[in-house]
Amino acid sequence: MSAQTKARPLFDPPIVRRAIVDSFKKLDPRHQVRNPVMFTVFVGSLLTTGLWFQALVSVGEAPAAFIFGISVWLWFTVLFANFAEAMAEGRGKAQADSLRQARRDVSANKLAEPRHGAASQKVSASALRKADVVLVSAGEQVPADGEVIEGVASVDESAITGESAPVIRESGGDRSSVTGGTRVLSDWLIVRISANPGETFLDRMISLVEGAKRQKTPNEIALNILLAAMTIIFLMACVTLLPFSIYSVDAAGQGSPITVTVLVALLVCLIPTTIGGLLSAIGIAGMDRMIQANVIAMSGRAVEAAGDVDVLLLDKTGTITLGNRQAVEFVPVDGVEVGSLADAAQIASLADETPEGRSVVVLAKEKYGLRGRNIHDLHATFVPFTAQTRISGVDIDGKQIRKGAAEAIEQFVGERGGRYPAELKQQVEEIARRGGTPLVVAENDRPLGVIYLKDIVKGGIRERFAELRRMGIKTVMITGDNPLTAAAIAAEAGVDDFLAQATPEAKLKMIREYQAGGRLVAMTGDGTNDSPALAQADVAVAMNSGTQAAKEAGNMVDLDSNPTKLIEIVEIGKQLLMTRGALTTFSIANDVAKYFAIIPAAFATTYPVLNRLNIMHLGPSTAILSAVIFNALIIVLLIPLALRGVRYRAVGAATLLRDNLLIYGLGGLIVPFIGIKLVDLALVALQLT
Amino acid sequence: MTANAWMQFALYFAVLLLAVKPLGLYMARVYQGRLFGPESRLGKCEAWIYRLAGVNPSEETGWKRYAVEALMFNLVGLLAVYALQRFQGALPLNPQKLPGVGPDSSFNTAVSFASNTNWQGYGGESTMSYLTQMVGLSVQNFLSAATGMAVLVAFVRGLSRNSAATIGNFWVDLTRSTIYILLPLSTVLALALVSQGVVQSFAEYKVVSVVDPIANADGSSVTEQTLPLGPAASQIAIKQLGTNGGGFFNVNSAHPFENPTPLSNFLQVLSILLIPAALCFTFGELVDDRRQGWAILAVMLVIFVPLLIACQLSEQAGNPKLAALGVEQTASATQSGGNMEGKETRYGIVNSTLWATATTAASNGSVNSMHDSFTPLGGLVPMWLMQLGEVVFGGVGSGLYGMLAFAIIAVFISGLMVGRTPEYLGKKIEAYEMKMASLVVLIPCFVVLTGTAIAVLGPGLEYHAADTSELKGNLNNPGAHGFSEVLYAFTSAGNNNGSAFAGLSANVPFYNLALGIAMLIARYWLIIPTLAIAGSLAAKKVSPVGLGTLPTHTPLFVAMLVGVVVIVGALTYVPALALGPIVEQLMMTQ
Repeated sequence: MSAQTKARPLFDPPIVRRAIVDSFKKLDPRHQVRNPVMFTVFVGSLLTTGLWFQALVSVGEAPAAFIFGISVWLWFTVLFANFAEAMAEGRGKAQADSLRQARRDVSANKLAEPRHGAASQKVSASALRKADVVLVSAGEQVPADGEVIEGVASVDESAITGESAPVIRESGGDRSSVTGGTRVLSDWLIVRISANPGETFLDRMISLVEGAKRQKTPNEIALNILLAAMTIIFLMACVTLLPFSIYSVDAAGQGSPITVTVLVALLVCLIPTTIGGLLSAIGIAGMDRMIQANVIAMSGRAVEAAGDVDVLLLDKTGTITLGNRQAVEFVPVDGVEVGSLADAAQIASLADETPEGRSVVVLAKEKYGLRGRNIHDLHATFVPFTAQTRISGVDIDGKQIRKGAAEAIEQFVGERGGRYPAELKQQVEEIARRGGTPLVVAENDRPLGVIYLKDIVKGGIRERFAELRRMGIKTVMITGDNPLTAAAIAAEAGVDDFLAQATPEAKLKMIREYQAGGRLVAMTGDGTNDSPALAQADVAVAMNSGTQAAKEAGNMVDLDSNPTKLIEIVEIGKQLLMTRGALTTFSIANDVAKYFAIIPAAFATTYPVLNRLNIMHLGPSTAILSAVIFNALIIVLLIPLALRGVRYRAVGAATLLRDNLLIYGLGGLIVPFIGIKLVDLALVALQLT
Repeated sequence: MTANAWMQFALYFAVLLLAVKPLGLYMARVYQGRLFGPESRLGKCEAWIYRLAGVNPSEETGWKRYAVEALMFNLVGLLAVYALQRFQGALPLNPQKLPGVGPDSSFNTAVSFASNTNWQGYGGESTMSYLTQMVGLSVQNFLSAATGMAVLVAFVRGLSRNSAATIGNFWVDLTRSTIYILLPLSTVLALALVSQGVVQSFAEYKVVSVVDPIANADGSSVTEQTLPLGPAASQIAIKQLGTNGGGFFNVNSAHPFENPTPLSNFLQVLSILLIPAALCFTFGELVDDRRQGWAILAVMLVIFVPLLIACQLSEQAGNPKLAALGVEQTASATQSGGNMEGKETRYGIVNSTLWATATTAASNGSVNSMHDSFTPLGGLVPMWLMQLGEVVFGGVGSGLYGMLAFAIIAVFISGLMVGRTPEYLGKKIEAYEMKMASLVVLIPCFVVLTGTAIAVLGPGLEYHAADTSELKGNLNNPGAHGFSEVLYAFTSAGNNNGSAFAGLSANVPFYNLALGIAMLIARYWLIIPTLAIAGSLAAKKVSPVGLGTLPTHTPLFVAMLVGVVVIVGALTYVPALALGPIVEQLMMTQ
């Protein structure tokens, strides 16, 4: 299922075929009326078609062939816009379908009671309701989204994420959520279903890419208002042109008033049909790009907001640094031999299965030749880490060897009447200042020294943050570390700010403060304790591996559980707005050329002198049709741009505006002069043959 | 262009721009309430006005109440001016014993002066008593200008406040605009004008013998002339400063008693753009970022200067049809050359084109030459400047708030192009603002185009003379020029300019009514959405500026805003203009 991560070809034949059929289905007036610009074209097409019939059966206002030509191309304008929307929908659907396929026809073992061994009953996955409890055994598919309430199992999530390495899912903690369509590889899980059929993340996503159910986003609504206003302005300009023309014919004493067909043609050319026709395709394609990035957005609003983000809150662990800290040095104090410190540290860590613990064992082995020993051979008792003591270690031969945070060890030693030397304090601070995590080792009442655990900053992350800075986005690192450590890592990684010793409350407070200052905050999270902050953030990306609570609090879910995905999400959001802006500018700039094409031809009989404005030297009978044809074709030609989006570069707003104005503003002025002339040349050539 | 033209234009802009900062800063301090404390003499005077009017100056209101107060206040002024005209025959200060004005003309004039349009269907010296001119028209000149400035200040507060529920107190803004800005400036200008020979008198009109008797059409000799007088200087000062433009005399500032000397001409044309230009600086100061104000002023100049030059070139070039007849149209030491029809020899081409463009860029509308007689292209420039929505300088206050509505649209489009929800001065521009800004742009277009369409379908082409019921044509010129005359009239009324192309008999019931309605809609239906934007923006949080924020003070944004104003203006009116001045120009140069 890695297909979904590959770019789908722009014009996939089956999608194109379906889109062509849909283009005609979308001629339904109830659909058309949703888009004021295209509805105007739709009504204009009906009007000219009526005029054509009139010309056929009785005396028409213009030659029937002329009215026919205009009508046909007006209908094409409507169809092309429908086609653009259908293409975007088709691509989105295809994307969603490939995700959905994974869990077709799955049967589930529905349990009567939420415990292992309860009576079970085979039901279809589609019959499952929220709060039902199912048992999923090795080799079976998870029938729907849900939360693990009992059991531990390795799960293959490649169907969703494309990542082949299995992941662990277990009850409690932050890895309790499972997604429908994934497969349990070993052991079993008892899952409480969290969504009714049709309400899962995927279902919501699918409805977002389907035009009919799609809610317009705030910016889209605002743009629609502007486009509607421009449509009304041009409607007024064209409607009043009829009386103006009648007066002019009277005043000039020659010619005939402008025909309704020409007025409709002029109107359709002037109103922003390019952006109007592509607007919903752009919106759908934005959602589609999100799915391609393996992100499921809960609303179009969230995608749009992503482009506006000013502050990015990133968890240190896993995002900025590699998940695990590693021991890099033993620092003895009080005259202790470094070797005995290493020995004690290794013994204390033998039973510690955390990556940090293992790295202590490895360091002692590699640097001091101390081989890892089996804790059972040593007849030692393991003392696990608890939230109360905040230390761990072993009891061996009457010795209590412990390691832990400096304060915890200080307390441990103090309780046993030991002394906590100042030198140790200095060493601890020194390590913290260098961005490391100091872990103090003690034997009974005597501190031996410090283990220097170092955070490893991910490669390339600094460059990404620099890029974000150029985009105008401030990065804030969230960490549970103390301020000294946090500052050092922040400097190394190149983030703008950090929040040390972060608690859920502190995170929430920070987000609120930024928002009160008018900033838009994005964050990623996976744990249940992230939920309040996720709910408060404007753009909240929950990791798919995270808890159900986190997913519900967020407005996007990243199927890859990759915290740096936020950067891509921001880019997709920006692209969405940029594409709309660029095509709006292009659309309006186009009008200049269209005036030069239509006005001289429209008043040729009344004021022949206006032909001096015919700077493109269009044929007198083909000029208006050329403009209408160009106006329709440009919609089709810009479909690829609408679907792919205008490329975003992190170069700052002023540069972006300058470049886009040059391309779409200036380009929009020039292109139609060339395009209309080419269409006209083709028309003239066709009529000659 | 002639060296004379370059020098006069350069002098004009130099003086204008030098005045922008001091006056703009002064006005900002006035509105901030930092200049005249309650202990100062003027401050006491201000407080006394509030006490008299029963206004609590420290109480601020939301946009709706602000709008209601502004509209009600204007309605009262409108009714007062209407009544004054109707009953002036029975009122004092009427040495010429002028009778009451007819209802349609009174309605038109009352709307015209309340809405800061000052379209004049009447001739001042033959229609209005001194009392009507002074108590009615002059007072409205002050109050309509002050209303525009108050709405602007409220709008700027909307932009600069953070999460606020109120946008100021209309009565305070109105009072401060009047007593601290308009009154002092008008007093100084009126005295300067009197020194140049502008009349200021309550005496009745003088009948004098002419120096050089001329023969009438019937052969009789004309030996006497009536010289109209009146309290003119005081009204002319505010007419220019408050972008009102309603002349004391019928021919406005082409009249030798209204505008006698080159110096009076310079002062008057300077005061047309003075406050609108300086308000840009005030705006920058009030939003605490002067660059924003300079950027808006730059936008106005970038549109204005090329159009001025185009008008000048076209008028100086004269009429090729006349050149073909052997008429000398080149400038020389003894004549200004070019198209001098309808222009005063005292001012020549340069001062006529400068005035014509300034008066239409600002929604002033006073004239010192007859725009109807301009070359088609030269006449297109003033018409198009109005059609841009009176936002290039525009009316005092109203021009700038109109321009800021355009800025909102420009910010919206360019904001999208950089991939961010658009922001102007840290305020997010969303659907509501777009709706209101669209109305601000839509309404004048609607009024101008619909009005012209109705007029040329028949109602505006012929009328029955009031006395003889004889059917007369409204248009002095046939063909495309006649169309330009109607289009110009509705353009002027629908954008609250008030200048006339002339050539159109407009003092008839149809035009009095239609243009009156146009002026009403254009003024007050724009004030409402403008204040709605102010209220909505005031309630929003201010987003801090970052790298991703689009700067709105740069040359790039200036170019963008120029583009939006010009393209919206051009695209809307190109078809209409093509059938008027454009085809005329093509025919003339054929």
